[in-house]
Formats: sequence, C-alpha cells, structure tokens
Amino acid sequence: MLLSVKDVHVHYNKIAALRGVSIDIEDGDFVTLIGSNGAGKSTTLRAISGLESPSSGEIEFSGNPIHRLSPDRILKLGIAQVPEGRRVFKDLSVLENLRLGAFTRRDERAIKRDLDSVFHHFPRLEERSGQQARTLSGGEQQMLAIGRALMSSPKLLLLDEPSLGLAPIVVEEIAKILVDINKQGVAVVLVEQNADLALDLARHGYVLETGRIALEGPANQLADNEHVKTAYLGI
Amino acid sequence: MPLLEISKLTKHFGGLTALNDVSFSVDRGEIRGLIGPNGAGKSTMFKNIAGFYTPSAGDILLDGESIRGHAPHEIAGRGVVRTFQETTLFQELSVFQNALVGCHLRARTNIVSAVLGLDGARQRAARQKAAEVLEFMGLSERRDQLASELPLGSQRALAVAIALASSPRLLLMDEPFAGMNPEETRQMMDLTRKVNDSGVTVVLVEHDMKAVMGLCRQITVLNFGTLLTEGSPEEIRNDERVVRAYLGGGHRL
Amino acid sequence: MGANKLTHVAGTAALLIALVILPGHLKYHHQDFIIFLTINVLVVVSYRLMTLTGEWSLIHIVMMGVGAYTSALLSKNLGVSVWLSIPLAGVSAGAVAALLSFPLFRMTQFYFLIGSFAVGEAIRLAWVYFVYPFGGSSGINTIPSPELFTIDFMEPIPYFYLVLAVVTLCLLILHRIENSRIGLTLHAVHWKSPLAESVGVNAWKYRTLAFIIASIFVGVAGALKVHYLGNVTPHQFGVGTMVFVLIWVIVGGYNTFYGPILGAIVLSILDEAFRAFEAIRPAIYGVLLIAAIMFMPRGLESVPGWFRERLFRKTAE
Repeated sequence: MLLSVKDVHVHYNKIAALRGVSIDIEDGDFVTLIGSNGAGKSTTLRAISGLESPSSGEIEFSGNPIHRLSPDRILKLGIAQVPEGRRVFKDLSVLENLRLGAFTRRDERAIKRDLDSVFHHFPRLEERSGQQARTLSGGEQQMLAIGRALMSSPKLLLLDEPSLGLAPIVVEEIAKILVDINKQGVAVVLVEQNADLALDLARHGYVLETGRIALEGPANQLADNEHVKTAYLGI
Repeated sequence: MPLLEISKLTKHFGGLTALNDVSFSVDRGEIRGLIGPNGAGKSTMFKNIAGFYTPSAGDILLDGESIRGHAPHEIAGRGVVRTFQETTLFQELSVFQNALVGCHLRARTNIVSAVLGLDGARQRAARQKAAEVLEFMGLSERRDQLASELPLGSQRALAVAIALASSPRLLLMDEPFAGMNPEETRQMMDLTRKVNDSGVTVVLVEHDMKAVMGLCRQITVLNFGTLLTEGSPEEIRNDERVVRAYLGGGHRL
Repeated sequence: MGANKLTHVAGTAALLIALVILPGHLKYHHQDFIIFLTINVLVVVSYRLMTLTGEWSLIHIVMMGVGAYTSALLSKNLGVSVWLSIPLAGVSAGAVAALLSFPLFRMTQFYFLIGSFAVGEAIRLAWVYFVYPFGGSSGINTIPSPELFTIDFMEPIPYFYLVLAVVTLCLLILHRIENSRIGLTLHAVHWKSPLAESVGVNAWKYRTLAFIIASIFVGVAGALKVHYLGNVTPHQFGVGTMVFVLIWVIVGGYNTFYGPILGAIVLSILDEAFRAFEAIRPAIYGVLLIAAIMFMPRGLESVPGWFRERLFRKTAE
C-alpha cells in the first residue's frame, strides 16, 4: 500500500470538516475524490500533504506514519500537491518556476532528468522556458503548476481542481497528460468538480459528502450509480 | 439599435495585443455567450467595457453613446455592471450589508446629511431595494449571515444580487459557473434566466458549455484576441474552427 | 446584540461621569496628563477614518500641526477670538488636505504611506524655513487662551472641561459618520475597491473625503493643544509622535471604533506609570508592545469580547 488514510478527522476551530475519512491508494493508482463544495475534498488533500493536521486518525505513506510531519518533510518523502487556482510565481520565468519545484533536492543530474521528463510531458513549457509565468495562458499556467509538482520527483501527485476555469480543449489536453504521468508510475489523487471527467480518468473513486465517504468503488461503476448520476453528473 | 456595440476594439499591453479589431453587438434582452480559449481576450473585453481598462483603439457604444475611457463608477452609473471571476464579495460584511453596498447609486449621501440624519428617505429606499434583490435571488433567509459563511452557490448568487442592486441595464458575468456542481449550475442557470426576464441584458463569459449552450441563443467566439465567429449554439458546436481552437473532441459537452 | 449595546452605552456613560468627577481629585501634574490624553483620543479616533479606507498615512500628525499653527496665528497675530480660531483650524487643515489629496491619492498603499511621509516633512520644513510667520524652529510663543466670562482657561481644570466637551462632540460626529452610509462605503472601498467601483462608487472621491474629514478633526485637536500649551513648534509634530499614534491604533485594535481609544488610554497610562524609571522607559514600552502583539493580535478591543464569551459560557453551564 502506497498511501493509507485511516479514519481521519479534521476540525477548523470547532467545526468538523472531515469526520472519519479512510482512503487506500496502491502504487501507480489513479484515484479521484468527487463531491460538492464543502464536502471535504480539498481538506482531505491538505491533510495528506500536511497542510492540515488531523485531530484524530492516521495517515501512512509506504507504511510510515506521516500525519505528524511538516509539509516540507512530506514533500521530501514523495507526495507533491498542485493547489487549486494555478498558483505559479508570476514574476519568475517558466524554468525558474520548475527549478523551484526541485528546491529540496541536491542531485543535479537527477534534476536534469526530471526537467527533461517534464518537458516531454509539456513541450509547450519547453518552448516558453525563458518567458515570465505571467505571460502564459491559463492552461499553460496550470501545466506549469503540475510540472513544478513533478520536479520534486513524487511517487504520489495530489491535484486540486485542475480543470477550473479552463477551456474544454485545454482540459482535454491536461487530462491526457495526467494519464501519461500516471502510466510512468506516479500515483495520482485527483479532486474534481467535473465528476464526468474525473470518473473517466480514474480507476477508483470516492464520493465525499459532509466530511464522510458516502460511496466508493471502481470509477466506471460509480459513473453508473444512480445517486452519482443525479447528484454529480447532472444526468 | 443594439444595447451594446463593440466597434473595432483594440487593446495593447506594451508589445502584446490582447484584443485586435474586435466588433460585435448585443441586442436588448439577450443573454449573450462570450467564449474562447484562455488568453483569448474575454476578460480583457469585459474590463474594457466596464471601464477598468481604456481601449487602445476602437469604440464602445451603449445605446448609441460612447462610454469608451470612462471610469468604472461612471459606467456603473450608466447601467453597466460586471461580476468578477472567482467569488468577489465583502466577506466580513453580512449578506444584507453586501446588497446595501450595491445600492450605492441610490443611497449615496453627503457628509452633513449623514451626520444629521437628513438622508433617512434615501437610506430607507436603499434598504428596501437591498431586501428586494435578496428576495429575488432567494437569499432572504440568509440576510444576517456573513458573506464568508455562505456555500459557493449562494456566494455567486450574492455577487449577482450586489450587481442587481444598482439596477443595471447590462450585466457582465465573468465565469459565474466555475467550480459549481450540476445542481448548483442548474440553480444558477435558473437565476440567470430570471434576471434576464426582469429586463436585464446579460453577457456571459464561461467555460461550462452546458450552461452557455443552455442559456444563450447567440454565442460570440474570441481566439487570440480576434473575433473567430458568431452564431447559434448549434452553429458553434459544429464549427470546425471552434472545435479545433476551443471545444476539442468534445465528448463531454 | 442587545446586551452588547447595553454594555457599550453603560460603559460610555460611566467613563464620561468618571471624567467629569475625576480632575478635581488629581494632582496638578496629572491634570495636565488627562488634558493631553483626551486630545490624543481625538487624534487616534480621527485617524480611524484613514484606517477604515485602508490607507494608513504618516501625515496625520502634521495635519494636527496645520490646525495648531492656524489657530495660533489667527488668535495671536490677527486677534481672532480663540472660540472662532479653533473651528477655523479644522477648516484650514481640511482645506490643506483637499489640496494635498491631488498628488497623494495618485498613490496607494506603500507608496501612499511614503508619499504622505514626504509631504508631511516638506510641510514641517516650511514651518522651520519661513521664520515669518511661523517663527522658525522655535515656533510661536505666548499664544492666547480662550476667554469666557471670568473663567480662567489657563488653569487645567476649566481647560480640561473645555477639551472634554469639544472632544466628546467630535467623537459623536465621527461615530455617526462611521455608522452611516459613508462608513459602509469607506469599508467597501478598503476591502474590495474594484467591486465597489463596479456598482458606482467613486473610490478616489471617498479616499479623499476620508482624508479631509480626518484632517479637519485632527486640526481641531491641534488647536486645542496649542491654546493650552501656549506655544507651538515644528518638533511637536514629527514622525516620532506619529509612530506613537500608529502604536496606539495597532495595540488598541482597528476593527472597532473604541479600539484605538483603548490603545491610546491604556498605553498612555502605562507610559505615565513608568515615569519613575525614566532610563528604561522605552525598553518597558517596547516589551509591552511586543507582548501585546504576541498575545493580543487583534488588539485590546478583543479583550471585552473575550471576557463576555467566558461569562456567557459560565452562565450557560
């Protein structure tokens, strides 16, 4: 088991955001979390990456507990998060942004190899490597945010709403790249409002409702589930 | 005469041309969709219309009169109001106070009247208008909650309520459906139709094609800062250029 | 809400009664102290209009000086009655602010802060440079006191009552402004200026308005000060004094009307209490300041709410 989230609770002040969430992710898995706004999808990601500390429950990564570790330690262990809203350093160049993603690493040769692999996934970033990030289009900025996360050479990639505010054709392009990245052996956890897309890409899905797992199962089965259809797919 | 006429609009930022010689017009009572790839110039177009940017060339006519280069508050005074990408609200104020800020044009007062309380009638009228728009947008029960405590769907509804409080003729909506689930999207579509039925012309920038195709009879497509095409949802869906530039394979439309 | 309002009204009434009774029981030196403290309350509360719009300026104290010089010159050189020169001090500070707003409000935030500092220093230099009429760096002396029947306003107690009356009136007006439509609009301009503009608010006009009103009231405060001191110099309005105002506001809290008042009163009293330890006074002050920021990041204004919450929980249990 690569990642195992066991009965995690998270509270903001006194309000429970997660009330016992359990998720299992295998090596090379592709998992999606779907659910309404405020159901706890982003909080789950933030708990895994160490940005929120659980009030109870455990999170294990490759068998070791990580729920007491700081975000930078968790990143070093191999979990990278792409936050919502295409957050890139707008005044830095594309290349500088990517190099910042390898901030915790020293091995120049391995960094170079990962940079090549990012450029392989995103040829457009290579074309624009000297440009300031603010001059990129929204889709390219999202690609840069994903590329930066890949530069830490993660075993697990967490993505929060990567399709938000992007043109349909760009969403499609990013979706293809996510599948490619996953095929190279990086496990992916995808949080998406676009449940249609998410269940199409992922192998396994979890449906969050008011801080709990309401449903889980293989993604294609969830897509046929009547409740999921009416509540999240809008069919 | 169209309500809004964009005539040969061009906007440069330094060496970059964000909009290049774009012309289109919107009729009174329409819900117009404005779509295109990220960076095609849709938001720049909105900012030019609402006065946040001054066009480099070309003109913007509202009811035949130029509003080019006027300040945002002046353009709001003429009945053009925009909502913002993502949720822009006064988070630390109550829902009612948010709507009340929207009533600025009917409630503004001078300092002497404010101190001596001589503006009572104006303020009562503003409070009444604020209550009306909240009722209209289905937010009456939440009027005393803080804006930051609302769920996303209600926050977007409140953003529209603030805009409506200033009694606009033309409402520019910037990605009102982003991040919404199907249920929230449905409710927001109903509200948008209701706003339109009450006599407000709407221009909508949005990537959610279900919403755009469902709401608009006419869609304008921008690409690389130029007008790519205009047409009905059916025409747009089948336009090879739009598919290539924007819609993609489109099995998820 | 009801209980909250009741506490406010009762608290304000108790404070006023205490202030009316208190001075007779104080030593001469402490009578001086509460006069300046009351004036300083007007200084911080008028500054609140600036913090409401989010544009923290460094020129506020210099505007106080504009009021002070105006009232001093009018009453001493032109023989204008002090009763008239005090309101005129406010008018002139407001007029200067209106003129300065043209260059100043081309800037916002950090640039505005630095710009306001530079313009303020320029005004202070003018007071030093133009010996006529400002008296250079030694300023203006023998400024007349107000006269009314046989009351001797050179004495601290009568002058204190005068200051108390004027400051109370000013605070009432400022409170009304903050709770009016204009206060709501200033808040809107501060937090989401583009949203406010999109529904028709002229943000520039409201920033200017706040600056002018703040200057009018701090101008009055300046006039009250000089007619008690009897002299005015450029050094009284330096940036060092401005830093004290900022500290009062930050320690008191800037989310409520009474926060800055609390800050000014509590810190001034502490400062006074440590007068005996002259040598280490700045150090004590510094430690208190750091402690306040660490333990009360939302300022002294959060303390009553904290107690109320405790009390409620007790009674609920």
